[in-house]
Amino acid sequence: MSAAGDVAISVRNVSHQFGEPGDTFHVRALADTSLDIARGELLCLIGPSGCGKSTLLNMIGGLLVPTAGTVHVGDKAVRAPLPHEIAFVFQENALFPWCSVIENVKLGMVFQGVPKAEHEPRARRSLEAVGLKDFINHYPAQLSGGMRQRAALARALSLETGILLMDEPFGALDEQTRMILGEDLSVLLSRTEKTIVFVTHSLGEAVFLADRVAVFSARPGTIKEIISVDEPHPRNPSFVTTEKFSQLRNRLYGLLHDEIRKAVEQSAMAGPQS
Amino acid sequence: MSSRQDRRDRLASRAVQVGFLAALMALWYLGTAYWGVSPLLLPNPVKVWHELADILGSGEYLPDLKVTLGELAIAFAISCTSGITLGYLISRSQYAIRVFEPLLAGVYSVPIILFLPLYVLFFGLGPGSKIAIGTSISFFPIVLNTIAGFGYVDKIYVTAARSMGASDFQMFRHVLLPAALPVILTGLRIGFTVALLSILGSETIASLAGLGHRIVHLAEAMETARMFAYIAFAVAIAATLNTLTSSLERRAKRQ
Repeated sequence: MSAAGDVAISVRNVSHQFGEPGDTFHVRALADTSLDIARGELLCLIGPSGCGKSTLLNMIGGLLVPTAGTVHVGDKAVRAPLPHEIAFVFQENALFPWCSVIENVKLGMVFQGVPKAEHEPRARRSLEAVGLKDFINHYPAQLSGGMRQRAALARALSLETGILLMDEPFGALDEQTRMILGEDLSVLLSRTEKTIVFVTHSLGEAVFLADRVAVFSARPGTIKEIISVDEPHPRNPSFVTTEKFSQLRNRLYGLLHDEIRKAVEQSAMAGPQS
Repeated sequence: MSSRQDRRDRLASRAVQVGFLAALMALWYLGTAYWGVSPLLLPNPVKVWHELADILGSGEYLPDLKVTLGELAIAFAISCTSGITLGYLISRSQYAIRVFEPLLAGVYSVPIILFLPLYVLFFGLGPGSKIAIGTSISFFPIVLNTIAGFGYVDKIYVTAARSMGASDFQMFRHVLLPAALPVILTGLRIGFTVALLSILGSETIASLAGLGHRIVHLAEAMETARMFAYIAFAVAIAATLNTLTSSLERRAKRQ
């Protein structure tokens, strides 16, 4: 699927820092990173906390401007959000609590500028796709964490963008909910032609979902290695029990382990205030 | 099952409340009718009731009520517009919040009623000084709650809306306003309550008309029964208005 497709997202020598050198809060979040993401590919970003994987995601989405380097989506340089090309799913609670589930989905289309007549059918279609058609009039507070993330996914899908950026969308969920959502996501996304960048902490989730997994080094983060997962979508739930899955997972673990140690030592050195 | 239990609990506490009021009325009646409490200090409740019927029947209360409610309406309108506008402007910058929020909170803790003599000097004994006191007392809860409402909207909502292409107006209409509204409404309710309180209070201190003025006037003329009737009337008006604003607040918050 990722093979030889044209490039959807192109990241060139991007780095990002918060604050200026010399400031007490100066942080080099991401250093000189380059990456091509093929159209229709699902790429997972994985790495220790604070390695800049979310920073990279936000720069691809135009929510952050890189300190140096460029991000291109198609032939457009990204300097600000591109609501017609890119949709986000955030970690948690990005649904508006004052709107019901279907109102949340419709509001996304209002912001994006979809003609009003299309709101209702598109909202219903995407909510049905994520399995929430019996909960469209519920409010976010009445839903479980997993259902809230399904609703957030429906809101992103209804925008019908070519690119979907997911920032640890299942990070706050328990292991079992996470597994089910991962399986459903794999089925759902295999039917669309979307290009997806997915930030995660979970090795298993990365191997199960991704066409390629980009492993980050500790801060200042950059991509250390990219691993391909050559397995067709939708992934069968039994994929996780195969030898191939274990090997890939173990390889990721080996790559990550040293970086996570380094990151933990860094934050210990930064002193008690951090 | 549990809702029936709830209803029974609620009924029981209502019964205790009503019983308490009834006992108070009975004490009042017994004290004045049989125990020889002076009618100058505490008039007989039956007499008060007749006075109240006379006041309501004759329409004598209307001019005073108009004055008080007029002062309240103007004071509340001024503090609403200025408090919400200023609060919104301050909430737009973290720097302005850091500077003005503690400043306004500090002034809010001053007993502003002490400025009444000054206001009477500035604006006279008429409605002007009451409007000034009502406005300056109700302005603070409104402006502070507006700052709190708009200033502390969870960033993730703003980021999410921005990523979906929300314009500035859409951001205000669909994100900032609904996120801030419950907090602002609480400020409005508190503002309304303290405006009414301070206007009635300042009418009793220095004024020419209004319900508060009427009550003091009757007290000075030793017409205690009629004064009690007016107090009951003012309490009823205040209770009605406060209930009204509370229920408006609740209804708006539910949406």
